Parts: sequence; C-alpha cells; structure tokens
Amino acid sequence: MNLFDRFGDWVRGGQVWGSVFRHGVPRDRRTRAMAILSNVFLHLHPIAIRKSGIRLSFTWCMGGLTFFLFLVEVVTGVLLMFYYRPTVEYAYFDIQGLRAHVTLGLLREMHRWGAHAMIISIWLHMLRVFLTGSYKPPREFNWGVGVILLVLTLLLSFTGYLLPWDQLAMWAITVGSNMARATPLLGHEGPLASLITVGDVPLVHAGDDARFGLLAGTFVGPNALLRFYVLHCVFLPVVVTVLIAVHFWRIRKDGGVSGPL
Amino acid sequence: MTEMLSAGSSLLAADDSNAIKDAINALCAPHWFFILSCASITVFMVGYRRFTKPGFALFAVVGFTVFYALSALDSDFRSIIAKPDNVPITMMIYLVGFFVWLSFRQAAINDQNTEMGRPLSEAGSDDKVLVWPDLVYIELIALVLCMVFLTVWSVVLRAPLEQPANPSVIPNPSKAPWYFLGLQEMLVYFDPWIAGVLLPGLVIVGLIAVPFIDKNPRGNGYYTLRERPFAIGVFMFGFVILWVVLIVFGTFLRGPNWNFFGPYEFWDPHRPAALLNINLAEIFWVQWLGRGIPMEGWGPLPTFMVREAPGIVLLSFYFFVVPAILRYTIFRKLGAQMGFVRYALMSQLFLWMVFVPIKMVLRWTLNFKYFVAITEYFLNF
Repeated sequence: MNLFDRFGDWVRGGQVWGSVFRHGVPRDRRTRAMAILSNVFLHLHPIAIRKSGIRLSFTWCMGGLTFFLFLVEVVTGVLLMFYYRPTVEYAYFDIQGLRAHVTLGLLREMHRWGAHAMIISIWLHMLRVFLTGSYKPPREFNWGVGVILLVLTLLLSFTGYLLPWDQLAMWAITVGSNMARATPLLGHEGPLASLITVGDVPLVHAGDDARFGLLAGTFVGPNALLRFYVLHCVFLPVVVTVLIAVHFWRIRKDGGVSGPL
Repeated sequence: MTEMLSAGSSLLAADDSNAIKDAINALCAPHWFFILSCASITVFMVGYRRFTKPGFALFAVVGFTVFYALSALDSDFRSIIAKPDNVPITMMIYLVGFFVWLSFRQAAINDQNTEMGRPLSEAGSDDKVLVWPDLVYIELIALVLCMVFLTVWSVVLRAPLEQPANPSVIPNPSKAPWYFLGLQEMLVYFDPWIAGVLLPGLVIVGLIAVPFIDKNPRGNGYYTLRERPFAIGVFMFGFVILWVVLIVFGTFLRGPNWNFFGPYEFWDPHRPAALLNINLAEIFWVQWLGRGIPMEGWGPLPTFMVREAPGIVLLSFYFFVVPAILRYTIFRKLGAQMGFVRYALMSQLFLWMVFVPIKMVLRWTLNFKYFVAITEYFLNF
C-alpha cells in the first residue's frame, strides 16, 4: 500500500469524513446503494436502473442537460444581479460596464448562450419523450408538467431578453407583448372587448387591459423593465424550481426512465 | 469533385446575382420552401428505413454543410447567420436534424426486429445496473462536456448589445426573440388574438392533452414508427414544419417590412409592399356573383351575417361536418378506439393545425385574407 492510498484511508476513516458520508467507499453493492440513498442530491435517482434506460442513444441526456443548464442560469444569474440595476438610467450602462470592467466578464455570455442552449435542449427532450411514447400511461401527468416547464422556460428567456435595455431588447419585447392587447375580452383591441361596458363607458381600454398588466404601462418603459426583472429573477425561477421538483419526483413514482412494458 | 466545389464556391461567392443564386432564391419563395419542406419530411418518414441508413445520413450532413458553408460566402447570407443571436439557429438546425435521424434510425431497427420476431433494442427490463457508478458518471461526463462547450462558446462569441433602447427609432424589421418567430409569422395570416393568444393556447392545451387523446397502447418506452404512424406524423409536422421551419423562415427569409427575401437577396427596405389581399366575401359576391357586397341585413340577420355567409358556411362545414366525414372514412379505426369526447377534441385540434398551412398557402398563392371578416367585433378568421 503506497503513501497515497494510506492517506486516503486515513481521511476516510476519520470522524469528519464519516460525518459527511455515512457509508464506506462505494466498492460493493451495499455501499453503492448507500451512496445514492444517503445523499440528498443523488437520492433523486433510484438505486438501480434498467440498462437500456441509461443508454445515451435512448435518452440523449437532454432532460438532464436542460436541468444542468438551468443550474448554470441560476448561478450566473445571481452573479449578474450583483452588477445590474433594473432602471432605465443604469441598465444599459451596467451591461456595458460588465463587458468593459469586470474581470473574466463571461457571465453575460454564459447566461445568454446557456439560455438559448436550454431552449434547444428542452425541445429535444420533448422530441425524445414523444418519439419513445413516454407520455403514455402511467406518465400522462408528468408530460403535462413538462409542457408547462417548456412554456415557463420560454417565458424566462423572454423576460430576460428585455433586461439589457438595448434596441434589440426593447423592440423584441414590444413585438411580443403587442399580442397581449388582442387577448379576447381582456385586450382593448381584442375581439368582444368592446362589448364589456358600463353604460357607455368601456371597461377594457389601453390603460387597464392585459398588455397594461404585463408591461405596467402602455409602452415598454421603466415599469416594464422593473416588472420583467422581478418576473425573471424571482417569480418564474421559483415556479420552475417547484415544478422541476414535481417533475423529478414523478419520474421516480411513475417507474423511472421509460422502457418497453 | 474539387472542380465542382470550386465552381460552386465561385458562383455563390460572387456578390452579383447569377443563375444558381437566382434558382435558390426562387426555391425559397414561401410556397416552394414550405411545400418542399413538407415533401422532404414526408418522403423521409415514408422511406425511413432506407433514408436513415448511415450512408444517406452522412451524405445529407456533408451536402448540407457544403451548401451552408458556400452560402456563407455570400455577403447577404453571411450577414444573417453571423448575427450572434442567430448562431443558436444554426445549432438548432443541425441538432434537430441529427436527433430526428437518430430516433428514426432506432425506430427503423426496432421495427425490423419486431417484424422478424426479434426483441427490441430497449428490451431486457430485468437487466438492471447500479446508478452508482453507471449513471452518475454518465451525468458527470455530460455536464463537464456541456460546461466546456458553453465556456468555449462564451469566449468565442460575445453576447449582442446594440444601441441603447430608444422608443423613437423603430428597427425595420422588428423581430421577436428567435424562438417566437414562428408565432410572429402567424401574425401575417391571422389577427393578433388568433396568432398570439389562441394558437399558442391551442398548442399548449393540445400538447398537454396528447396522452389523453392517444389511446394507442403500443410504442410505450421504445422507438418505433410502424406502431404509431399517425401520432408521430402529426407531431413531426407540428414540431419540424410549423415550429422549426417557421423559425428558419422568420430568420432567413423575412426582411424589412416583413417582406419575403431569398437567402442571397439584399434586404431592400424600399421594396414595394405586398399586393392588396382580398376576403372570401369579395371573391364570392363580387367576382363570382358579379354584384356588390351586401350592405344590409336580411330579416333578423345583421349585415355581417349576410355578407360573411359564404365564409361562415364554409368554416362551419370545415370544423363541424369534416370531422364527421373523417370519422367514418380515414379515422374510422381511430375514432372507434377513442370514443366521442376524445375524438371531438382530437379532430378540432387537428383541423386547427391544418387550418394554419391552408391559410398560409392561400395567402402566398391567391393573396387570400379572411374566410370570415367580422371587422365590427375584431372577429376575423
């Protein structure tokens, strides 16, 4: 036994290591099972899994990569929040400063390209799940949760698109949010909205319709920036996190990665 | 081969127009581009056992890459693909192509195995392995590679930052983020409440409803096409054509004033706008009957009911009679399997999905606008 191994055994035999990892080195069946069971992160997995279920050509690892990219977005996003103020006066120049003055200023690049990659990977995950028929019983509910997560991912990216406060951001959000004013009944240019009146006074107008609710104004201005910032950094990530927990939990409860019945 | 390549590259690299570029531009006219996309995915799915052979796939990817690389020599095309936010679209084209190939390849192998009475490649459910180390290590390697890829991408390509937001300077064209370009394309053919609210709503509801509509018990947990051709055909049409191809449309072919441009055409903001579009009411009353559009109601019917009668009849037929006809012809087996409620939901979602390309093709070929135009209440279809 060389010095290196003896050092390793000394560390793993001590009280500190033993307080963190409550099992021996995962070298036999029992300790390998314990490695999964006694770790809060790894216990999302079952202990054993069908061999074809982990083949890369079957799952493409796309669901896992989507989750990993979400974690990248959370970490880079939190770091970006240190440098960014969601006001019309500062937003654009904070982004510029991020590029010019911050050491290793890759944060914004990683955040943006990670978001694009996450959108592609979640689409491919859906493609795989559909083509393997994995939405079929008993996984109907989890497919529905996945569809909601897909929509929320697009909304996360959409709300983040406004934050750099440049021309690209402002007009992309203007185009996207203009549709809200055509919501049936709730948008002032939508069908049937003109029928909702009290006497002669229209109840749905540009100052209180669905688009106003989204932008907190009649145009993409300072209020919209703040609103999108809060949605992007707090509201949507919290909802997504909860739904991811449900999604993962249900994968286990519905029998793990799908396979021929 | 080398001579052909150099000849091709010199033709595409030349900035003035020439026969090849003109031909490709013409093929990218919306109706041709759309019909060719639909035709190629149909041919691919019908002949999936032959076309997923590695030789064909290699030929397709090399051919496409050569075409793409040569196209990049053209300055107009290059200016589109070089935009930082359009880089993901190139990645999307390759990744969607690759994974569609990979899944249909496995479906072809599985279907052949089933026919010959051999087990599926996913079979062997008793054959379990431990998650530690088999799966945990795969995950670790996947996320390390993903991180490396993302870091390299971030170092090589800077995130875009244009001029500060300015409400008085409107860029032309104003485009939504790239993943919503398919929906923005819908704005051309439908009123905003259909394009921006109803259609995305139907996509979400339709996707969530899929497991409850699809009662086919086969094909659960393995790749196959033979055992569920209808479900996969519809999904591929929705995802590849109506989502991915329309994003490619919106990125490469839509220029100033949301006009169509070929991939090698200069985005000229002064190009004349499209012709005046006409409604069904005009075609019916004016062009066919040779009289004016009715301006008065008829008995208890308000004016718009009379004026739009042909469109209302036609759309009612499409959405309410066609499902009944399909139920006893093409969908006979499917309908019996599903029961009334499921069939009603499925047929409505299906007909809405088909309604989209019908309106698109009618617009491109006949400048057709609305079947029913009740502008009084913003209700136009």
